[in-house]
Amino acid sequence: MINKEIKSYFPILNQEINGHPLVYLDSAATSQKPVQVIEALKSYYELDNANVHRGVHTLGNRATEHYEGAREKVRKFINANSMEEIIFLRGTTTAMNLIAQSYGRANVQEGDEIVITYMEHHSNIIPWQQLAKERGAILKYVELEKDGTISLEQVRAVVTERTKIVSMVYVSNVLGTMNPVKEVAQIAHENGAVMVVDGAQAAPHLKIDVQQLDCDFFAFSGHKMCGPTGIGVLYGKKELLNNMEPVEFGGEMIDFVGLYDSTWKELPWKFEGGTPIIAGAVGLGAAIDFLNEIGLDEIEKHEHQMAAYAMEKMNLIEGLDIYGPTDPQKRAGIVTFNLNDVHPHDVATVLDMSGIAVRAGHHCAQPLMKWLEVSATARASFYLYNDESDVDRLVEGLRSAKEYFNDVF
Amino acid sequence: MSSNNLDQLYRRVIMDHYKTPRNKGALENNSVNIEMNNPTCGDRIQLTLQVEDGIVKDAKFDGEGCSISMASASMMTQAVKGQEVDTALKLSGIFSDMMLGKEYDDSIDLGDIEALQGVSQFPARIKCATLAWKAMEKGVQNEEKS
Repeated sequence: MINKEIKSYFPILNQEINGHPLVYLDSAATSQKPVQVIEALKSYYELDNANVHRGVHTLGNRATEHYEGAREKVRKFINANSMEEIIFLRGTTTAMNLIAQSYGRANVQEGDEIVITYMEHHSNIIPWQQLAKERGAILKYVELEKDGTISLEQVRAVVTERTKIVSMVYVSNVLGTMNPVKEVAQIAHENGAVMVVDGAQAAPHLKIDVQQLDCDFFAFSGHKMCGPTGIGVLYGKKELLNNMEPVEFGGEMIDFVGLYDSTWKELPWKFEGGTPIIAGAVGLGAAIDFLNEIGLDEIEKHEHQMAAYAMEKMNLIEGLDIYGPTDPQKRAGIVTFNLNDVHPHDVATVLDMSGIAVRAGHHCAQPLMKWLEVSATARASFYLYNDESDVDRLVEGLRSAKEYFNDVF
Repeated sequence: MSSNNLDQLYRRVIMDHYKTPRNKGALENNSVNIEMNNPTCGDRIQLTLQVEDGIVKDAKFDGEGCSISMASASMMTQAVKGQEVDTALKLSGIFSDMMLGKEYDDSIDLGDIEALQGVSQFPARIKCATLAWKAMEKGVQNEEKS
């Protein structure tokens, strides 16, 4: 259940910023961490810390159990078929780079196509740009509808039999749009391409079922879903991962090392070179327990409500433009906007002076900013610990910002 | 809201430069043409200078960004126009000290630039204010090398 109590699980929220109680509306950048996650990290380091998959001592076993236990939690969380399909990495960016460098290099030839959209985060653009340049492949973009959604007709028009990879964001970090990735995966497969899903903004907010989506790869980051920074997940279908080469070589990922040749461990470890992100995985596991306890369906419902309430109140402010779908059911708890005549940095500074944290800038989505014909925007993003009073504070802050700049001019 | 604090940042003279920027545009007859952006936020400045015999004869800027970055660019062009390159670079150093909250050389009259002093209290905005100065420094140094 989502109620007032939730806020009390997040110690960081209980403080004043510039003389006002903090209102944190930047969860799309990174979420705050509940005591459950902080305690899990503390307990791991105080009681169980050791390196994993080696040695016979007790702590080593405990650490390994924690690490592999977290993998099982992740598997269940996204309903993957097997633990071999869950690779722990630094985050979504690392996952995208791994797919591009391993699967991409092996499967994309000169003249082949890679399809992405105008609403991608830089982490789902640049790895493909680099791959396309290296292989002489063609990078193609699916254009957006006027309301910032993706139409399947557009996708069908762009994806062809030369397309090898379709990569798309599930939930846009700017527009909040929830994309029909399941249907797009079907189109990709009909054309013989693999489907990559950037789930960074989806995994924290809605129930993920990779088998139901039938995507080939799915990537997300722990820190946006109440977990620690530095841990992320790449899911890949087993038959694809099995045929892929690792991109990082060294300890942990080897089976047998000779003088001039070596062999790799089984999945998933062959992709986890070096001492893994053990504490990060433990923290992510605790975050998953926490989210499950509340329920992803509840969280998603709460965010639709927050988006609806925020849009309703913000639309009453004259001169405020909201980008993306107007139907709150079509978007997650992300509201990106501009207040006319006031630059988003200035909006963010004025809000900060009232204790309200929002993001201002291009949100790592420069091609999308170009499509929106703006150089920057401000973004309020909501999570399970936000409530209507936070929106009220934001609206009040925006009105003050407007007044302040009107006065100064 | 803490409008006293905000008033330190958004001084009237800053807003004046933001609303009616001085030296806006591009110099066709330029010896320095440099574009710089702040990759974390999207602010962008295009600076053109006409440097002759070690003197900044003319300066213009174009770009997009927040009030602080645009006002600072306007003030910068005003400050360096007609100055020797060495003086322009010295001003840049003074400005940098001012932004970092250090003691700065006050033997030179800084004019409107002084109004930006409050920015040093807002760490997240210092980069906005220094963008134009960085562009000027780099542009002048490139010109000297060529």
